[in-house]
Amino acid sequence: MDAFHNLLLGFSVALTPINLFWCLVGVLMGTVVGVLPGLGPAATIAMLLPLTLKMDHTTAIIALAGIFYGARYGGSTTSILLNIPGESSSVVTCLDGYQLARKGRAGAALGISAIASFIAGTIGVVGLMLIAPPLARFALRFAPPEYFALMVLGLAMVVFLAGESMVKALLAMLVGLWIATIGIDLFSGESRFTFGQAKLLGGVDFIAATVGIFAIAEVLVNLESKGGAELFKLAKGLRNLLPTLQDLKDCRFAFLNGSIIGFFVGALPGAGATVASFLSYGLEKAVSRHPEKFGTGVIEGVAAPEGANNADASGALVPLLTLGIPGGNTTAILLGGLILWGYKPGPLLIQEHPELFWGLVASMYVGNVLLLILNLPLVPLFAQILRLPYYILYPLILGISIIGVYSVNNSLFDVWVMGLFGLLGYLMRKLEFPASALILGMVLGDSLERALRQSLMMSQGDIAILVTRPISGILLAIAALVLCLPVIRKVRYWRVEAIEREG
Amino acid sequence: MTRDKGDLIAGAVLAVFGVYVIWVAAKLPYVADVGPGHGFFPLWLGIGLVVFAAGLMFESFTSSVNKAKSSSWNSMVRPLAGWLAVMVAIALLGKIGFALSFIMLTVFLVVALDRRPALLAVGVALGLALIFHLVFVVALDVSLPKAIWGF
Repeated sequence: MDAFHNLLLGFSVALTPINLFWCLVGVLMGTVVGVLPGLGPAATIAMLLPLTLKMDHTTAIIALAGIFYGARYGGSTTSILLNIPGESSSVVTCLDGYQLARKGRAGAALGISAIASFIAGTIGVVGLMLIAPPLARFALRFAPPEYFALMVLGLAMVVFLAGESMVKALLAMLVGLWIATIGIDLFSGESRFTFGQAKLLGGVDFIAATVGIFAIAEVLVNLESKGGAELFKLAKGLRNLLPTLQDLKDCRFAFLNGSIIGFFVGALPGAGATVASFLSYGLEKAVSRHPEKFGTGVIEGVAAPEGANNADASGALVPLLTLGIPGGNTTAILLGGLILWGYKPGPLLIQEHPELFWGLVASMYVGNVLLLILNLPLVPLFAQILRLPYYILYPLILGISIIGVYSVNNSLFDVWVMGLFGLLGYLMRKLEFPASALILGMVLGDSLERALRQSLMMSQGDIAILVTRPISGILLAIAALVLCLPVIRKVRYWRVEAIEREG
Repeated sequence: MTRDKGDLIAGAVLAVFGVYVIWVAAKLPYVADVGPGHGFFPLWLGIGLVVFAAGLMFESFTSSVNKAKSSSWNSMVRPLAGWLAVMVAIALLGKIGFALSFIMLTVFLVVALDRRPALLAVGVALGLALIFHLVFVVALDVSLPKAIWGF
């Protein structure tokens, strides 16, 4: 009942014209920065933070949070249409989203992404409202061994990204893990694998690598056919541009899976939306009746990761608002904002400033509705991009890629990295190595190594610490089970074959 | 080149790469004062790379050759030409600015690789360069590489 009264208080704050206006501005800006690779929500919020000093603080946090979760909506658009991940968490959406676009179902993919984002965003807000404090306390039980186990579970998802050859997927993942080791080691301050390049001290830029591997490689693959690749098909009529009832039915579990995984992973500081989207994609494929179709354009393959990366935005606010712990770059900047405005984010924030917390929660409900209203009508418009002839489409992809990667750090070096990864991505496609496995390794490598080394420091070199703690033990057991799935499936296949032969 | 020959070469390259990772990691401290050193993780990565690369090479010997894939290796000339054009455009970004290098890249892709009329190529290149300028530079205030003449 308390939550209900508090929510009413929140809506009375969120629905004032000024807060409604800034919520709209925030989600709109978020969508735009999410669409464009490189222009992330963290940079946008950092740039706008000084402007919020003169604003009412509740209005300011509503606008900035709008940018945060709005960017998660926008990130899917270029992933689906152009195979360019607008945000790192949208990498997984490329796998099936772009394939759906190639099949003429770009509108359905965009629509399901908007709907999944809406559902997950709403479930995430409910979670934030009801279980924020206990969840935050649970998240605090995650020490390095638990994070290590979570990262191993994330890496186990490689099973679901592998195509015909598991060995190739594992090799791609190991190369990704190696790429993550490039640069300064945070423990010792020494550099590794930098080849004498000072610009590699900070590591390989993730956006540059993913844009190269996905977008540039896609253009190169399509240059193979002499007359250019075939134009993308696009369904005619508004009804055919949106998801069908069957699509929604197929995505029932994906909506729920993405929402729950996204929210819980989001609540763990440092885990991140990219991990959440890989995990939900893996789970969706694991329980699917047609796992072999994943990666060829399955609608659930879009709904699960899109749901996860949106619910993650709500989850990430749990440790921020209840404990004052930022889980990532964007929430760190939001924390800076809260401190700048004179708040002390922590267990007392909700009691001392209910209008701020509940106003934000209610504004996220409103923001998610606004995003759905804004995005669904835009689906047919965005889908028209695919009507462009390839001699316009491919220069467009190359131009957006170069600008997006350059704009992250204003670095030409990053653009070179993108070009080199473009060739790597092309060769991987030719040799049938799953590029997403390499990305998975890159995403998790740094956190995995840090957690492993911290765990071994805690136990003074005793590796048993990783399996004797209950949470890490359970997570590692699940990871082992996931890694055994291909073997179990193969054994089952052999058994069925043997029974059929005998019969 | 058949796919399995491609796998064999890829396996060999990755094995050599794995040996390189082990070689570099072996020179870094495996154990530090307070726990594992910064050579610890890469060393095990290198070992993993060598083991799985050997597995891939073994797989390429044992699996049946997929002849259908062999023809696809002949079609690499155009993508490689396209990639070289992209790299040249990137090299020129800092010297002649984004707009000109993008226009040159687009004209090359449309005329040389796509065999379209030069006029169409120039039109597409100019149009896209203008759109990028308006959206990114004017509307979003994104700074792009510029030449001495200001764009």
